[in-house]
Amino acid sequence: MDYFDRFAIPHPSPAIYASMVAIGLTVVAIIFGLTYFKKWGYLWREWLTTVDHKRIGIMYLISALIMLFRGGVDAIMMRAQTAVPDNKLLDAQHYNEVFTTHGVVMIIFMAMPFIYALMNVVVPLQIGARDVAFPRLNALSFWLFFMGAMLFNISFVIGGSPDAGWTSYFPLAGNDFSQSVGTNYYMLSIQIAGIGTLISGINFTTTIFKMRAPGMTLMKMPMFTWTALITNAIVLFAFPVLTIALLLGTMDRLFGTNFFTMTNGGMDMLWANLFWVWGHPEVYILILPAFGIYSEVISTFSRRNLYGYKSMVGSIVIISFFSFLVWTHHFFTMGQGPLTNSIFSITTMAIAIPTGIKIFNWLLTMRKGSIKFTVPMLYSVGFIPIFTIGGVTGVMLGMASADYQYHNTMFLVAHFHYTIIPGVVFAMIAGLTYWWPKMFGFMLNERIGKWAFWFIAIGFNVTFFPMFFTGLDGQARRMYTYSEATGFGPLNMLSFAGAIVLMIGFALIVYNVYYSTRYASRNISADPWNARTLEWATHSPVPSYNFAITPQVNSIEALWDHKKKGQPLFSGPIEKIHMPNNSGVPFIMSCIFFVWGFSFVFSMWIPAIITTIGIFVCMAHRSFEKDDGYYISVKEIEDTEKECEVQSR
Amino acid sequence: MKIDNTLPLEYSTEQNRMNVLGFWIFLGAEVMLFATLFATYFTLAHRTGNGPSGAEIFEIAPVLIETFLLLTSSFTIGLGVHAMRLGRKNAMIAFFAVTLLLGLAFLGVEIYEFTHYVHIGAGLQTSAFTAILLTTLGTHGAHVTLGLFWGLFIILQVKKRGLTPETANKSFIFSLYWHFLDVVWIFIFSFVYLKGMM
Repeated sequence: MDYFDRFAIPHPSPAIYASMVAIGLTVVAIIFGLTYFKKWGYLWREWLTTVDHKRIGIMYLISALIMLFRGGVDAIMMRAQTAVPDNKLLDAQHYNEVFTTHGVVMIIFMAMPFIYALMNVVVPLQIGARDVAFPRLNALSFWLFFMGAMLFNISFVIGGSPDAGWTSYFPLAGNDFSQSVGTNYYMLSIQIAGIGTLISGINFTTTIFKMRAPGMTLMKMPMFTWTALITNAIVLFAFPVLTIALLLGTMDRLFGTNFFTMTNGGMDMLWANLFWVWGHPEVYILILPAFGIYSEVISTFSRRNLYGYKSMVGSIVIISFFSFLVWTHHFFTMGQGPLTNSIFSITTMAIAIPTGIKIFNWLLTMRKGSIKFTVPMLYSVGFIPIFTIGGVTGVMLGMASADYQYHNTMFLVAHFHYTIIPGVVFAMIAGLTYWWPKMFGFMLNERIGKWAFWFIAIGFNVTFFPMFFTGLDGQARRMYTYSEATGFGPLNMLSFAGAIVLMIGFALIVYNVYYSTRYASRNISADPWNARTLEWATHSPVPSYNFAITPQVNSIEALWDHKKKGQPLFSGPIEKIHMPNNSGVPFIMSCIFFVWGFSFVFSMWIPAIITTIGIFVCMAHRSFEKDDGYYISVKEIEDTEKECEVQSR
Repeated sequence: MKIDNTLPLEYSTEQNRMNVLGFWIFLGAEVMLFATLFATYFTLAHRTGNGPSGAEIFEIAPVLIETFLLLTSSFTIGLGVHAMRLGRKNAMIAFFAVTLLLGLAFLGVEIYEFTHYVHIGAGLQTSAFTAILLTTLGTHGAHVTLGLFWGLFIILQVKKRGLTPETANKSFIFSLYWHFLDVVWIFIFSFVYLKGMM
């Protein structure tokens, strides 16, 4: 039995035992349901083995939403714990675990898949392509992300959650101070998901460079595709740094090396530097696609072309460049000296310039437009003032000398939630609502969507605005409780109330999905929003081959000019279309990766070796495999096209 | 599959052209990976704790042999790709095989080097310097090891299937990978060994 002792939870509580039971029951229910409804074959053929970018996008989406609720439960637990002084709901250890997993889940396992969900669905359609450049790798990316997420999520029932913060600073995250396997989970699960992201970076960059429709030059690409290109370029340069940081961290924890230790020459600040050399560009990996979504939505619902297209492109390129030059501002107080701090202070504030350009471009796009306040537009318009508060407080934090006052307080927590929630979460919900008909062939209910927006927008501000004040009054972040004498109590209670409102907003989104799935009309046209870019030129939902005829592009807004100026979009006869074959190998390989990660977490070397060999066997299989794909015949395409047209009538 | 006969075989289809570009982009990410290792190495190079410094453990002889083996292998794989472009399958296979043998010999010397370091008390756990030294060399060595298997698979495929757009594409991409490992080695040779011995 000693062997199994390692899997025990170091700090058990009734809540964790309840989660264990809940996870067990969910797994049993899923297995039973699939067997009872005889859906195993369907699941395998249509989803687990698919290489279709639209289906992979939907799988990313579902995972992201599940993770949003997992991270959201953590958030509610934190707000509940700090709602009143000296609360005993969570002890210090559990609070540490909860804020650590909240951060990791929200950034790595919610925001990242969410942006890749929308990129997967939208980018190939916007550029008029059949699929991404490497469909098989795309499936591998998704499954590696998914298995990384699952590995991270089992930590709290097997072996214990990580508890050193989402930044996992050494020496705290080292073996001396974090003795449970939690931080091993952190290192390995993010590593596995990170490899998937890096593969996506290669895939999308190649796709956008090589697979654009004839006539679509770089400066005629829709803005979302531009942001996707730049985002993936950042991924290519940032994620290898994370790979190495996690590798070195894993070696410190498992093999007793001295990279980040306090002895034998180790340097703990090296981790902080490596982490943020990845971590700050990561912020822009999340925000740039969001900027792309806002550009599309604002232009569509203002009935105007995007103001300052070229300056928009220029500013995202400049932002991507600066994103690598500001990482030190995350630890101004950790001893670099005034010269370094000054330089990074200036680069940090300089980012406000291209971002400001974008804000004004959106405002000028709306000027004199005939604005329609649909749900995506509400989020986009709501984003601008809220995000600006986040940006302005960011410049405050960027002043190195003033940062000594703000550092590690709730002021910082308020600031980055003011950037990430309107910046990323609002954009994702806006994009989700906007592209939903393209993915599923029906629209989300506008009325429920608007209710959800107001709950989320108000709940968000009520939750996070008080933190600016408690932070300036000296409430440190990551403290599990405080005494009544501090006077933080009432504002924290207000935050908790806001969090409940926010939660209701998200619940309304789920209800909206349920309601619309049941009651929404399936008779929608290909272009229900009267939009401007190519993805709206094909049917909703999109047939497997995307476009029957490859579109011919002559302007930035190909579809709009086709509709308004009669520019030809589809000409020529239908030809047979080459498609990639499905494959189960990405899924199987990722399952092996899961076991591989699990073996390393618990230092079980025999399974670790076996799974390492298994991973290489999968790669060798791919090398020898002959896979020429298949063709969809002209007749089949014509039949599908007719069927789609009948449906939308 | 449309084949464009005006281009070399490895570029002749659209998928082939995408594969080559995709691999170049992958190499860009690899540059970043090794750049991070080098940056970490430079940060930790003098943090030797109670362990030995680079000047105390580096020996020129094995390093020169390794360099000679790997640089030669980069030349022979170049000849292999040249033979492939001329359509001479057997010559190509021979050059690829020589490349892999040189790679194998490189790996042998590197393994000797590693055991030597551990033997004289410069193991993975000794100090921050030894840890990053062995990790940087090890990451390069792991790439070479992977390349040996990959190259072997490609030789087998060319032997069995002949020079097709697909096999030519794979061989060409493998040659890019192999040249890249050489470039990394040149940096290791210059900035780890030579600088360390000075």
